[in-house]
Amino acid sequence: MLAPRGFTALKLYIFGDPVFRLLRIQVMLQTLDETTITLERPEGRVVARSAGPAAARGKPIVTGDAGNDKNVESGEWVAEMLRVARDSDEQAFAALFGHFAPRVKAFLLKSGTQSALAEECMQDVMATVWQKAHMFDPARASVATWVFTIARNRRIDILRRSRRPEPEELPWGPEPEPDQADALVLQQESKKLGQALKGLPDNQRELIEQAYFGDMSHGEIARVTGLPLGTIKSRIRLALEKLRQSMT
Amino acid sequence: MKVSAMIRHHISDSLLMAYSAGQLPEAFNLVVASHVSMCDECRARLESFDAVGGALLEASLEHAHDQSPAAAAPMAADSLAATMQRIRAAGPARREPAPRSVRRGLFPTPLASYVGGDLGAVKWKPVGGGVRQAILPTDSTASARLLYIPAGVGVPDHGHRGTELTLVLQGAFSDAYDRFGPGDLEIATADDEHSPVAEAGADCICLAATDAPLKFNTFLPRVLQPFLRI
Repeated sequence: MLAPRGFTALKLYIFGDPVFRLLRIQVMLQTLDETTITLERPEGRVVARSAGPAAARGKPIVTGDAGNDKNVESGEWVAEMLRVARDSDEQAFAALFGHFAPRVKAFLLKSGTQSALAEECMQDVMATVWQKAHMFDPARASVATWVFTIARNRRIDILRRSRRPEPEELPWGPEPEPDQADALVLQQESKKLGQALKGLPDNQRELIEQAYFGDMSHGEIARVTGLPLGTIKSRIRLALEKLRQSMT
Repeated sequence: MKVSAMIRHHISDSLLMAYSAGQLPEAFNLVVASHVSMCDECRARLESFDAVGGALLEASLEHAHDQSPAAAAPMAADSLAATMQRIRAAGPARREPAPRSVRRGLFPTPLASYVGGDLGAVKWKPVGGGVRQAILPTDSTASARLLYIPAGVGVPDHGHRGTELTLVLQGAFSDAYDRFGPGDLEIATADDEHSPVAEAGADCICLAATDAPLKFNTFLPRVLQPFLRI
């Protein structure tokens, strides 16, 4: 992803002050290398490259997350989401609410939403989580990522009062459930990404926060592309391909 | 849809990340959403940027510098009850699968919703030389329009002074440097001097978005500054 692609990327490269930009990317990559990449990249690469869904399925994946309680502890929340989606399980929703509602509210407050509005908006976001639970796809996003997209869209509605056109939804194939192994790997990759983010030095992490919370004080967002997104992208790509195959 | 495999010019990282973060003007959002609808590669990249947003949301109660997490986001006492009330008021959740948006026309769904239909619904206005355009309704932070350039005709100088994103929907155009075919996205800045010409064969139809020059400093996300040099 770092390699400039075609003319467009070349222009970006030129206008983006390449020397400074590359230096920053290198620094970030080094930091991440020291934390997670060295340990996890080789395996991630193999999974991504061997690519075949069958290969992923046949591969024993050791997770350490044996039961639901562990799942809850590790913050994955997939089981709860699926219970809400399938059974309209209010208890599972309450657990999700306990975890995500304060985070959504913190996200909105950090984005400059007034406190009363943030509470209102958060309740709206969480209600949407209930209503759209059946659209959550664990092979393409963690629960946190999915909740983030809902909160982001709501924030645009409220703060900017403008529309945010979304890419067209990919239709589900005849199989109602995504492949378990694919979902598991994606969820693990999301966790690694979270750990990598936590491992960043404060100033770099804040840079990324500013970009997403809409409080940019300087135009440095282009330099955050050093995050290890390659593997997670490969997993999403794989999920998309399977989705397309199942459509035909 | 075989377009995805043929696309050579994609959305830049900074633009895609700004879309994921929800920081772009509406007109730019429309172009990005349309390209992503046509391009699996960029969809996967976009969703990985969304994953960064998810990781930030997950960690949003940490690092609240001088505040305890509870102080950072105090919850109303009856939050959950109030939310359940909302859910019940809205009636039973609809459990039907996501809409099957198997596209038949030329326009990706987000674009079709702005046009109010496909190619036939566009209200073209001639702008000279056989070229036609149709302005699309977006908020004023940037503008979006459809361009229709007859095969073999040069694109008139439309004087973009800011950043212009151009997504090819049909046909192709070329300039001195490169060729842009269906699904390709060109990112041009004010400094770019180019005279694109629609290829012979099919008429070229593009979706283009420009940030309005007067509103440049105020509205254009600072995200784009690194490559705009403003």
